[in-house]
Amino acid sequence: MMKVHDFIVQSNEILNVRNNLIKVSPAKKEALPEMFPGQFVQILVDNSPEVFLRRPISINFIHKKKNEIWLLIQRVGEGTRKICKLKPGEIINLIYPLGNSFTIPSKKGNYLLIGGGVGTAPMLFLGKKMKDNGIKPDFLLGGRSASDILQQADFEKYGTLYCTTEDGTLGEQGYVIDHSILKDKKYDYIFTCGPKPMMVAVAQYANNNEIECEVSLENLMACGFGACLCCTEKTVRGNVCSCTEGPVFNIKELTWLD
Amino acid sequence: MARLNVEIGDLKLKNPVTTASGTFGYGTEYKDFIDLGRLGGIFVKGTTVEPRQGNNYPRMAETPSGMLNSVGLQNKGVDYFVEHLYPIIKEYDTNIIVNVSGSTLEDYILCSEKLANLDKMPAIELNISCPNVKEGGMAFGVSCESAANVTRAVRKVFPKTLIVKLSPNVTNIADIARAVENEGADSVSLVNTFLGMAIDIDKRKPKLSTVTGGLSGPCIKPIAVRMVWEVFNAVKIPIIGMGGISNWQDAIEFILAGARAIQVGTYNFIDPTVSVKIVEGINEYLDRHNIESVDDLVGQIL
Repeated sequence: MMKVHDFIVQSNEILNVRNNLIKVSPAKKEALPEMFPGQFVQILVDNSPEVFLRRPISINFIHKKKNEIWLLIQRVGEGTRKICKLKPGEIINLIYPLGNSFTIPSKKGNYLLIGGGVGTAPMLFLGKKMKDNGIKPDFLLGGRSASDILQQADFEKYGTLYCTTEDGTLGEQGYVIDHSILKDKKYDYIFTCGPKPMMVAVAQYANNNEIECEVSLENLMACGFGACLCCTEKTVRGNVCSCTEGPVFNIKELTWLD
Repeated sequence: MARLNVEIGDLKLKNPVTTASGTFGYGTEYKDFIDLGRLGGIFVKGTTVEPRQGNNYPRMAETPSGMLNSVGLQNKGVDYFVEHLYPIIKEYDTNIIVNVSGSTLEDYILCSEKLANLDKMPAIELNISCPNVKEGGMAFGVSCESAANVTRAVRKVFPKTLIVKLSPNVTNIADIARAVENEGADSVSLVNTFLGMAIDIDKRKPKLSTVTGGLSGPCIKPIAVRMVWEVFNAVKIPIIGMGGISNWQDAIEFILAGARAIQVGTYNFIDPTVSVKIVEGINEYLDRHNIESVDDLVGQIL
């Protein structure tokens, strides 16, 4: 069931030059409904002329005990810049939870969670859910520089962390797709979220090596709940809304590799 | 409590607040957020004879106080609607009105005929104003002659309330309204989106795959209000007003300009509960001003 609710900002932490981590909990004292990795929220910023629409933000983590949703925000435009100026105690309005979920594995196997840039956000939540199922995945996170690899300590709680940076300041130098782990280890399933070129490269690798692969899309959207038909993605079943039938798709459903 | 019910031809609305086609899906998309039974009506997604995949992504660009879209009437076709969607939505405690779109005159006739047979389909909205399809659509709505032709043809096959949705992309919208009134339209709804364009200056490319698209949102409201007022002064049939309505104040403004009912469109995306808030706001306004019925307010600029 989707809801439109006010939330209180509990904290807003600047992680690096581009990213903030904002933790929010419901303004009315009530427990958060169950949410799943891959799902997102639509934040009402200020509905000013320049930020008219809500901003879709992936759920980074759910802290059940504190009743918090964590949102990892990259300041890319006016909307996300305004969100990052929120102060603890301020109220924001969310539509949530939206979208489908990654398929959360329940049996042992070799799982790789690949995140690029702010696309690492849902991977933390997915890693936590996998740990709850007794599975320890590998994480492969990529960024331009060491400071772009966010929440390292959190990721290490749930699995083994591998990194790539374009300048070589952390992990192996290059893009995630160049990392040696992809040559050394045979994976059963890959989950990925990040810039489209990165996800296409990962999808290509998974396809070539006959590995199941799910990607989380970031198509531009207006509503986020299947009414406007703007965030459409071309699939083998025709055009579908990436907000309701996604944002997570198995690459076999997409037409990227055709 | 003021009287909120209004009539559009034979169509009886419990209140003047309806939702605009293309912004409200089939209503089901909003059932988590509001009680659909509180609305005067729901204009469901534009429906065509054949299924349509719509235009390529990107189909949306945010603009100052509004947005451009070029969805292109993505829908599963009228037969799918009749078989799979109608049985679900006919149970809603509100009016369901299909927006009928097409590329040819025959399309409009065929689609309207199929909908005429449905018991709980009291009206259709003839969409001769979609700016996002290559053929037909808006082409029917920009000349008096073609608007009259399609209205006349559909009037013959659709005996219930016929609403014609007008394009604002014309020199004189009142002339078009008169032309469809003369052919037996029971009502006109206006305005559809304005043809617009946005360019990504870094990529030097249009933001929409189709280059141009339809502009909606509060940015178009003053033009829409002016057009409703012009049409109100030109025709006798009731007007359903829309164009950037975001709150009850906007709704009252349209009613004062001459709209008997209103459609809430783009703002549903920002606040999916806004339509119900507008119903409440109109009611409180009428009580505060000691106006017995919302009908008494239509076109009453002092």
